[in-house]
Amino acid sequence: MAQTSQEKGEGEAVMSEIDLTILFASVIAAAAPILLATLGETITEKSGIINLSLDGTIMLSAMSAFVIALKTDNLFVGFVFAAVVGGLVAAVVAFFSIYLKQNQVAVGFVLTLMTRDLAYFIGSPYSRMQGPQVGPMSIPVLRDIPFLGDVLFQHNLPVYFSMVMIGVVWWYMYKTRLGLRLRSVGENPEASYARGISPNRVQMVYAVCGGLLVGLAGAAFSLCIKPGWGQPQGAEGSGWIALALVIFGGWNPVKAALGAYLFAFLQVMSIYFQGWLPSIPAQVFQVAPFPLMIFILVIVFFAQKESFVRWAEDKPVIRAIIHALYAAAPSALGRRYSEE
Amino acid sequence: MDDYMQNERVVSENRDKETFSEYVGEAVFTLVAVLAFTTFVLILAGAPPIDAYYHIFKGSLGSWVKFTHVIKAWIPLTLCSCGLIYTFRIGLWNIGVEGQVVMGAIFTTFALRLGVGSPLSGIYLVFSFLAGITGGAIWALLAGFLKTKGGVHEIFAGLGLNFVAQGMVLWLIFGPWRRPGVASMSGTEIFPSELWLPYISSLRLSPIGLASAFGALILTAAMIRHTRIGLYLKAIGNNPNSAYLFGLKPGRYMLIAMICAGGFAGLAGSMQVSGVYHRLIPSISSNYGYLSLLVVMLANYNVWIAPVIAFFFACLNVGSIQLPMMLQLDSSLSGVIQGTLVLATLAVHAWRRQVRKKGRVRRS
Repeated sequence: MAQTSQEKGEGEAVMSEIDLTILFASVIAAAAPILLATLGETITEKSGIINLSLDGTIMLSAMSAFVIALKTDNLFVGFVFAAVVGGLVAAVVAFFSIYLKQNQVAVGFVLTLMTRDLAYFIGSPYSRMQGPQVGPMSIPVLRDIPFLGDVLFQHNLPVYFSMVMIGVVWWYMYKTRLGLRLRSVGENPEASYARGISPNRVQMVYAVCGGLLVGLAGAAFSLCIKPGWGQPQGAEGSGWIALALVIFGGWNPVKAALGAYLFAFLQVMSIYFQGWLPSIPAQVFQVAPFPLMIFILVIVFFAQKESFVRWAEDKPVIRAIIHALYAAAPSALGRRYSEE
Repeated sequence: MDDYMQNERVVSENRDKETFSEYVGEAVFTLVAVLAFTTFVLILAGAPPIDAYYHIFKGSLGSWVKFTHVIKAWIPLTLCSCGLIYTFRIGLWNIGVEGQVVMGAIFTTFALRLGVGSPLSGIYLVFSFLAGITGGAIWALLAGFLKTKGGVHEIFAGLGLNFVAQGMVLWLIFGPWRRPGVASMSGTEIFPSELWLPYISSLRLSPIGLASAFGALILTAAMIRHTRIGLYLKAIGNNPNSAYLFGLKPGRYMLIAMICAGGFAGLAGSMQVSGVYHRLIPSISSNYGYLSLLVVMLANYNVWIAPVIAFFFACLNVGSIQLPMMLQLDSSLSGVIQGTLVLATLAVHAWRRQVRKKGRVRRS
């Protein structure tokens, strides 16, 4: 139901009144892919590896998901295959960093371009074809809760999965022993090694885990949110947004998830705005997320500045915002470490 | 947080320790690996690999006309690569080079539009160059300020500005600069031929474009090797902290490097408008900015190897245009080959270095 409502919103564009239920439901649905990618990248970066290839990985896994689902006529296989593709690309980044001691940013950037071109090349015969698409699945009992039921429990399986993953990732990272190890490697690989943890293995494992989620994000695009494949697919640029949201969330999965919902909210709102203000060209709304991304990163930067924090001391609202945006990167992020 | 991706040198000059035969061996091994992967991709796409390679070769070096197309792609690639040498030296990832090309093109179109109908077309052409350089430099400076003052990593700043520049082109083409009658993806109205960059009519190639690419190469080589700025860029790129203690201001030199990069990229965009398309089109940058990042990485940040790589990449780009016509394949195969080539080079080089290091340890 959420999906049809979102399509309606996009199709009609002009809406004089906002139905809050529909609005929030479309935000929850639209956020799913970006949310999955953001959670995946948070896991990867928490272990100290930057996977900059997100944008291309999402494209390649979106293409693979669609093509495989089309050929096998099985959505589940499509999702699994997309996750594997995402994990493979992440494994390449991690392998280059851990075992070949190459710059993660360089490798990630090359992979961004390469995987996107690969997606366009292999996917071009399938572009604009009709294919399978995930259908809605409302959850009995829960859907009958007034308001919340319509907002949260009238979606499809990938959307539920994305919501559940916020809690799972948070719990794993902060409440389990393995999560502690993951964070310790990202903060101080030398000390972790001294404690008997192999930073290489931990980084490899969590880079791939993060990649699996990024792959699912791609599948969520091509099988749910923007069904089908084409050039452009419509998911271009979302990987970069996810990378920025990880910083916005301060490498905390819950905060990053809130960022993803905030972003999706602005995206959905821009559809309404387009209807209200037809004089503003459509291109402005299409590129609006990117200056916004830069603006948010500037604010995050100032939130860490001591002079700025002192200035905001007696301004409760600003102080609260700064406190919420306080973000410390994992200390060993992007640094190469050699065991021995 | 501002330097969390920054704690390693981008430029590393460690090629000189290997002998020539080792170098050739590495290169051959890399090419075989790339060929194997590309062939695998082609088979996966159900295409005949040999035919695909043949069409790429014939489409790029098969005739003089095709060769001039390659040179037309080589010029902007080389200009952007020259610009990127400065930013890589100081350790900046100027991904915004793509948007800087686009901005150069926008400013150039603006300047040339003023010159329509004027008898002084030569002056307007020169003015359009300067406008293009300024446009690219402004866009680069914006990313530079976001980096030095706003704490936004240059990858995010540059990338965001790329999307903004691209949106601006679309808005101009469909809005204020639309063709009388119908606005379309084919771009703005074509300029009168007085405002075209002078070209050799038999080859449809502009000697000014070619000269500017060579000029950029010589200027960049001289700047990097023989001037104080070049030395300082390298010093800061190698170790920002000690350069700072030495009295150099990293932020200031980052902005200088960005201006140089943006200027060359803007000039490339300017040439695309005045010398190639004679109008503003949506895909005016043709992805040459992103591609030049790969060129410079593959050239190991060397000014004189970059144009050679740029030529090879231009051949791939131009040659692959044949693929949709001849084999119904997408032309993005060139991007797959180029990306794989860079990755394979990094991998083979790193692997060989590790083997050598192990050998040394065993001997001692």
